[in-house]
Amino acid sequence: MTLVTGGPAGPPPGGVPAVPGAAGQVELVPVLIDGIELTVPRGTLVIRAAEQVGIAIPRFCDHPLLEPAGACRQCLVEIATPDREGNLRWMPKPQASCTITVSPGMVVRTQETSEVADKAQHGVMELLLLNHPLDCPVCDKGGECPLQNQAMTNGRGETRFLDRKRTFPKPIRISTQVLLDRERCILCQRCTRFSQEIAGDPFIDLQERGAGQQIGTFSPELLRFATRDDRPGDRRPTGGDETLDPPGEAHALGVTEGPAELDESGQPFSSYYSGNTIQICPVGALTGAAYRFRARPFDLVSSPSVCEHCASGCAIRSDHRRGLVLRRLAGADPAVNEEWNCDKGRWAFQYAQAPDRLRVPLVRDPDTGQLVETSWPDALATAAAGLAAAHRTHGVGVLVGGRATVEDAYAYAKFARTVLDTNDIDFRARPHSAEEEAFLGHVVAGSGLGVTYADLEAAPAVLLVALDPQEESPILALRLRKAARRGLRVHDAAPFLTDGSRKAGASLLPTVPGEESALLRAMAGEATAPLTVTPEQVDAVRDALGAAGAVILVGERLAGVPGGFRAALDASAATGARLAWVPRRAGERGAVEAGALPGLLPGGRPIGDAAARVDVAAAWGVGTLPSAPGRDTAGILAAAEAGLGLVVGGVDPDDLPDPAQARRALAAATVVVSLEVRASAVHDHADVVLPVAPTAEKAGAFLDWEGRLRPFAPALATDALADHAILDELARELGVELGAADTAALRAELASIGGWDGARPPAPAVGSSAVRTARGSADGVVLATWPLLLDAGRMQDGEPYLAGTAHRAVARVSAATAARHGLAADGHVRVSGHLGDVVVPLAVTEMPDGVVWLPTNSRGCAVRAGLGAAAGDLVRLSSAPTGTPARLEGALT
Amino acid sequence: MTDRQPVTLTPVLSRFWDDARSWTLDTYRDHGGYGALRTALDLDPAAVVDAVKASGLRGRGGAGFPTGMKWGFLPPPDGRPRYLVVNADESEPGTCKDTPLLLAAPHLLLEGVAITCHAIGAERAFIYLRGELLHVHRRLLRAVEEAEAAGYLGDDVLGTGRRIGVVVHAGAGAYICGEETALLDSLEGRRGQPRLKPPFPAVAGLYARPTVVNNVESIASVPSIVEHGADWFSGLGTEKSTGYGLFSLSGHVTRPGQYEAPLGITLRELLDMAGGVRAGHRLKFWTPGGSSTPIFTDAHLDVPLDFEAVGTAGSMLGTRALQIFDETTSVVRAVLRWTEFYEHESCGKCTPCREGTYWLAQILHRLEAGRGTAEDVQTLLDTCDNILGRSFCALGDGATSPITSAIQYFREEFEAGMHTPAWELFPYERSATVPVGDYAAGPPRSRELAGSVA
Repeated sequence: MTLVTGGPAGPPPGGVPAVPGAAGQVELVPVLIDGIELTVPRGTLVIRAAEQVGIAIPRFCDHPLLEPAGACRQCLVEIATPDREGNLRWMPKPQASCTITVSPGMVVRTQETSEVADKAQHGVMELLLLNHPLDCPVCDKGGECPLQNQAMTNGRGETRFLDRKRTFPKPIRISTQVLLDRERCILCQRCTRFSQEIAGDPFIDLQERGAGQQIGTFSPELLRFATRDDRPGDRRPTGGDETLDPPGEAHALGVTEGPAELDESGQPFSSYYSGNTIQICPVGALTGAAYRFRARPFDLVSSPSVCEHCASGCAIRSDHRRGLVLRRLAGADPAVNEEWNCDKGRWAFQYAQAPDRLRVPLVRDPDTGQLVETSWPDALATAAAGLAAAHRTHGVGVLVGGRATVEDAYAYAKFARTVLDTNDIDFRARPHSAEEEAFLGHVVAGSGLGVTYADLEAAPAVLLVALDPQEESPILALRLRKAARRGLRVHDAAPFLTDGSRKAGASLLPTVPGEESALLRAMAGEATAPLTVTPEQVDAVRDALGAAGAVILVGERLAGVPGGFRAALDASAATGARLAWVPRRAGERGAVEAGALPGLLPGGRPIGDAAARVDVAAAWGVGTLPSAPGRDTAGILAAAEAGLGLVVGGVDPDDLPDPAQARRALAAATVVVSLEVRASAVHDHADVVLPVAPTAEKAGAFLDWEGRLRPFAPALATDALADHAILDELARELGVELGAADTAALRAELASIGGWDGARPPAPAVGSSAVRTARGSADGVVLATWPLLLDAGRMQDGEPYLAGTAHRAVARVSAATAARHGLAADGHVRVSGHLGDVVVPLAVTEMPDGVVWLPTNSRGCAVRAGLGAAAGDLVRLSSAPTGTPARLEGALT
Repeated sequence: MTDRQPVTLTPVLSRFWDDARSWTLDTYRDHGGYGALRTALDLDPAAVVDAVKASGLRGRGGAGFPTGMKWGFLPPPDGRPRYLVVNADESEPGTCKDTPLLLAAPHLLLEGVAITCHAIGAERAFIYLRGELLHVHRRLLRAVEEAEAAGYLGDDVLGTGRRIGVVVHAGAGAYICGEETALLDSLEGRRGQPRLKPPFPAVAGLYARPTVVNNVESIASVPSIVEHGADWFSGLGTEKSTGYGLFSLSGHVTRPGQYEAPLGITLRELLDMAGGVRAGHRLKFWTPGGSSTPIFTDAHLDVPLDFEAVGTAGSMLGTRALQIFDETTSVVRAVLRWTEFYEHESCGKCTPCREGTYWLAQILHRLEAGRGTAEDVQTLLDTCDNILGRSFCALGDGATSPITSAIQYFREEFEAGMHTPAWELFPYERSATVPVGDYAAGPPRSRELAGSVA
């Protein structure tokens, strides 16, 4: 039998890329494995070549996305290679097939055909089980455990071990979320290699040696940093007399960099990617607190899905039992998230099962003024009547939020135009601008798959502007780090070098919020006012961006910088670098495509273009579409203060640029109809509340930041309906057939409308606002702010173990700024805006003077609602009495 | 062995160890020290490499790889750094040759380092010294200071413009760091665990640059080759094991110590010079090259101690650490002590060595205490088979050698462990060469373990 395989299965094995030949072709190498001839690309590991002919060599330390280690020795096979004369020479010892790449004429005998390999594998398995506890019946991994499975296929039935097993006190709490049972660990080092190679976080490492070797966090006792009296006498762990480190206490010795290095539980911040170590652990040594002892894998139903938290687009797997999601895992998608996800995507799913989940519709009782439960027909009729009345008087606008699926956003867009007869629709529940909309219409909408993850891996240089990848799109951050390890140079225009940028080896272009547009204008080659960065830095990055394949990535925060998007377009045009927009929320890219903007119809059609309107009207089977210019989120809210009715789909008022004004608008609106998963601040003023399905309970699709469609089916079968299905009912109640009942039909309809081949909306005008280079003054400093990945967002509710691993809120200022405002380096700082103050620990950071950075929405630090300030605004700093910072209460109870 | 010429000592490295203050630069110069460096610096580097190749010098760290060939593996110079690393992490049980050499004549090594750096085009050498050897560390540091002051090392070696800097680095006490790639990781400040090969150190060693790693004695032998010529060196020893070497006799021998002799000398000849096995006793077993080499018995007294003959007889020349055990010694006890060493020193990276040594030690403890089972000897042999050639580096292999060879020659002693404690068969105070405590009920560790096993 001869098999020719097209390429390596999945990504290049273990960081060894297939070597392209002279013509760019991958060289194929013939090998013989257990008598089967095959050819595989040069650079393929033997273990992977064997997989291609269906031979599973047992393994533990091997992982296709990690560099080979050869540590566990489970995958031993016999290997022979031809010598110079062509005589086959058998290597004297069995070889680890996970570390050896194929060579022409190689002959491999696995356990299937070699007694030596089979005995070696049985021997290693016996040794691995020597110190492994027989606690499979209570172990989370039992039933899906590679050790358990391979012990059955490649192990002895009976143990010969009569002596004393190595034991440890259980478990070590590596973070509030990740627990380590050391006695189960087989020391394959997948977790430590993941932390070092992929995440780049100093999360866990090996300690001690020999049979005492163990994975752990920094342990003063184990590493002899403790006082002499505290040292354990015998290096061999015998168990029983050690106690667990309580979180927040034992690691004090490891903390040297102040409160910015702490998580909410008081431990040193570990990683946003820690859950991956649990997933790749081949035994039950690493477990998640949220799932520990909750279920048996064989009782779970697994549904492939897509993560709803950010625009990275991760494939995930939802495991559920009797209608409840019990855990989520990273799905495998080589083009997008490879096999990784972030801790938020893995663990933030309890929100949909929270006690305040809405199951039945609510209407406001005219007598009591309270929301009361009602039937669907009554709720829909009441909503329809309210909307119809408002439509006649003040009109109705639609706020859809950034978390809708493509289909839901499309249904809202269609509902606004065909039912409410308005272009007052906007998905941007965050700071936004007309310039941003013009940018989205000019280059983003209808542009299809743009810059991809693969493009970033191949890029020579990437410039980040107003984007913190690790906090805003963590898988993008992983890919940038991976690319940087292979030669990509990342340049980050930011006030300070963020953790994600540091791990991608980025060079910092120190940038004061508001200065981004001037920096980009300088990149475009224009003379600008003096910048914080040096002209030499600008020149160097401009040159780098001129290389083929270079990319500029801009974040949604650029909307807060007048002239920023136009400057980005000009910088891209001047350097030749491709430009991509990376929004934070999962629904934003899809909402642009679906036409959930005042000036855009589906597919990037400009509302001001009559032909575009005719196009869409024909597709929708309506006579005309409203042509009057619509209003954006701020405009809609301003109009609502004067009575405009509102349909609100998944918007948290505290995310809006001015939460206080948003509440006033909700209160003043003629009618408020809310479509929500859970109780919301919107409901204080809602007339009708229509419960909708969370992501896990509906079908749909997100467009990730690349513009790649990420469709998913419902993980749970419930009677909850997607937004679009409810809008369909509501439209019918108002006498319009929206045609939005079925997800697939809706997606097909959007696809059939397709892209726009007419004139695109013009680029935002140059100087549509003055190019601002804000600077701190004696009175105030410039606020820099963006949300952290793990913060007080409502979609992280109900998961205290995850919340414990969030970064603690700190204010970052430079040493000079701290001195100027009389702030003690180890103290607390009061940051004051026009609405109020936040008091957080100070973290003196290398950054431009006259700037303070705050997390936008972290625990104890609500910038929009608490300060009433946005990035680029001036705020005041003063010293605050040092107290115990707010801790996460009850996280571990 | 019929036509053998009588073999005598050939003191080269040890020729002035009995001088007062032999370790000083002055003493070394009195004995012609650093003359070879002057000679070498006038030679083309390739000529020095060729001389070492022609001498047949093989690595003195145990493996016996030809030193000149190792130097030849370096890629051509690319203008960027390349390094010489001297492995002075001598920690094998029984091995004690580099330590006295460095104490008595550190400049021998430094001259060898300077010549080797010239030969391989390195400007910086690192000496990785076993951390416990504090006194040696001081001597080496002082010797480097003297050599720099005298212009043998530094930015302008002997006025030739050559730069040769030496860094003396003290390890932190790990046997694994004598494995060359673990040594490099440790030297780089990482956890000392062996690296995956390839890349080999010659291609990507210290700081991912081409690196030669050699044993102390190998490098210290280089000046003599430059001074006396390759022919002189290859005229000593046997055909494929040329030159001289330090033979370290320890244990039950009348005059333990360093005996510098041509390779190919026999233990019988060495024992003759050392006054024989201690008075009133006879040889029972011995190691030819440290604890990682399979043991020999009195049947091997006439095996020429060169790489080939020792290999043919079933062991390895190793580091020529001849540990002599007389008939009072329990082989089970001796093997257990070695096994405990390997268990303690296993780095933990790979399964067979980490778990295997943990298991072997426990079985041997039971056998020593007379609590063995009928399967134990077979389990020992089978477990050794599952470690040998299956572990990541040679440390695992070495851990099995004493066990399998001891069972080969003294199986009945292990089988006696099913019923009789070793300390009853071989009262420990009889084999002790220094006063010991009361071992009538076994050594403390064995008593402790016996108490914990039901």
